Amino acid sequence: MIPAIPWEAIELLAEASLWVAAVRIATPLVFGTLGELICERAGVLNLGIEGIMVIGALVGWFSVHQGADLWTGVMLAALAGAAFGLLHALLTVPLALSQHVAGIGVTLLATSLSYYAYRLAFPKVTTPPRIETFKPVAVPWLSEVPVLGPALFVQTPLTYLALGAVVVVAWFLHRTPAGLALRMVGENPEAAEAQGIDVIRVRIAAVCAGSALMAVGGAFLTMSAFDAFYFGMVNGRGWICIALVVFASWNPLKALFGALLFAAIDAWQLRLQQVVGGDIPYQVFLMMPYALSILALVVMSRRAASPRALMAPYVKGERR
Amino acid sequence: MRLEPRESVPAWLSLLAPACALVATFGAAAALIAAAGAPVRQGFEVMLAGALGSGFAINEMLTRATPLILTGLAVSVAFRARLWNIGAEGQLYMGALAATALGTGLIDLPAFLLLPLLVVAGAIAGAAMLAWPALLKTRLGVDEVVVTLLSNFLVALLVAMLLEGPLKDPMGLGWPQSEPVVAAGELPKLVPGMRLHAGFVLALALALAAWLVMSRTTLGLRIRAVGHNAVAARFAGIGVGRTILWTALLSGGLAGIAGVGEVAGLKGNLTTDLSPGFGYAGIVVATLARLHPGGVVLSAIFVAGIFVGADAMSRGVGVPSYVADVIVASALLSMLVALLFLRYRVSRR
Repeated sequence: MIPAIPWEAIELLAEASLWVAAVRIATPLVFGTLGELICERAGVLNLGIEGIMVIGALVGWFSVHQGADLWTGVMLAALAGAAFGLLHALLTVPLALSQHVAGIGVTLLATSLSYYAYRLAFPKVTTPPRIETFKPVAVPWLSEVPVLGPALFVQTPLTYLALGAVVVVAWFLHRTPAGLALRMVGENPEAAEAQGIDVIRVRIAAVCAGSALMAVGGAFLTMSAFDAFYFGMVNGRGWICIALVVFASWNPLKALFGALLFAAIDAWQLRLQQVVGGDIPYQVFLMMPYALSILALVVMSRRAASPRALMAPYVKGERR
Repeated sequence: MRLEPRESVPAWLSLLAPACALVATFGAAAALIAAAGAPVRQGFEVMLAGALGSGFAINEMLTRATPLILTGLAVSVAFRARLWNIGAEGQLYMGALAATALGTGLIDLPAFLLLPLLVVAGAIAGAAMLAWPALLKTRLGVDEVVVTLLSNFLVALLVAMLLEGPLKDPMGLGWPQSEPVVAAGELPKLVPGMRLHAGFVLALALALAAWLVMSRTTLGLRIRAVGHNAVAARFAGIGVGRTILWTALLSGGLAGIAGVGEVAGLKGNLTTDLSPGFGYAGIVVATLARLHPGGVVLSAIFVAGIFVGADAMSRGVGVPSYVADVIVASALLSMLVALLFLRYRVSRR
């Protein structure tokens, strides 16, 4: 049944185009994983991610379709994401509702509202309207390095933004007082409160900021990777990001590594399909990202040091 | 401002809070209908008529409620033990796969043997689909939320693969669909000329059974104890891991039976669009019912009424049919808040 892995399958790894694709596939995952990581570091699981990526994809693309310039579109997508993040935060932080149920509710609401709005705006179209997307920009000098150059330095601006966001988030979380406060409300909210930190406010702000990043990840799909909005285009990427956060042990730099590793394997299987295609049903290849995410969770869960107050609502004056 | 637990719930509040949630939900729906430029009042009238206006409408609503009762039960049993099963969608499809594999001519049995076999096979397939995430959770500490969410995508691809391979209908004109279920494997219709089938009665019976198990058996007590406080349950001598595994088998089995009902009762064969998200809607159903099996029946019928009614409205006044999903999602969120204010009150200290 399983054919011997042909030499071409391994040769594929040396192709520059594979790595260009890997970085492109990784970009929305980097945004989503960073966003979820910020929420979880503050103690809030955000299962709204899948729906927030959908709304980001719709809002970014639609704004540009209506005549906004690309960066305004990205800003509006981030704002829409933050708005749904605020909804999730209000339900789970001051009202202390179940983070699982509220998150699924936010995903259902954001997804269905996006689809409703899309159908309202384009009732009859069969081919989705297209926009002028972000174009790849080559970084001088660096882009000329073989293999790595084109992969990392001939990408669209949103990819550079994702790479920058990793550095900024890592610096913010570990090198600033506000980042310390954020991590503290996720580890030990009582101690944070004793230090004069407003736990409720910090958590709400973290969920909003994280959700804005998730939405930009969604916007990348319609404004960079593709040029139109499709139903079901996020396709579980949000859930994969949640697995990547665990894989990355809640660390931004490891999140970047995890997303790149994941995307490289995904890009490789896409090419592998063409090499050994026909012998194995294509669905087996499509299963790989999901199976891989589960495997990553299993491998890393033993060592996982999750934020101690993750999923524990904070009610002032109440003992846990 | 802070929340304080209530010592008792005033009777007026336990009616007013859910009523407010409903008003908020339908207020949002009205805004969406208006945004589509459709007449709001006429929209609601068409929606109500589409769900309740005729014998046919009621039959359709109960037909739609059948899988929702079962996935709602699946979610409520699991959530009682704090086993966050978000994979009812995949478990439903596993049950449907089992019914399709056995019911399309592989086995030749009279109906009174074949039907129970299909139901049991579907339940086992669904239960197996949740058993491994539950074992990963109890043995290795793997978070079941992400595993069950991702497993939905795995099952969807598995179904697509089998429908293009071994289960493909040779007469299907190239469409990815299975062969039809044999006559002995079809669940009988309840009302002549209507689509409502015996699966609805089965769902009601299982709701009763779930209620008995949860409230009258030691397993039910153990499930609730684990959900309340797993540490205390362990000190009380309850095998937490075993209880979670049993919960998973019950929950996955119920969702699997939902898939059997859709294949053997409603559609007659398996396609990749068998379920328009019944597994996810089960979370809404269970939450609206406050995880109570009896409430699940009522909330499943309510959610089914919204889906069927919104379909009618979408055809009647030209509102995109996604309005149903928006209404259901806002019902979930507003009811969550309403139920919170039944348990807590706001004090200004």
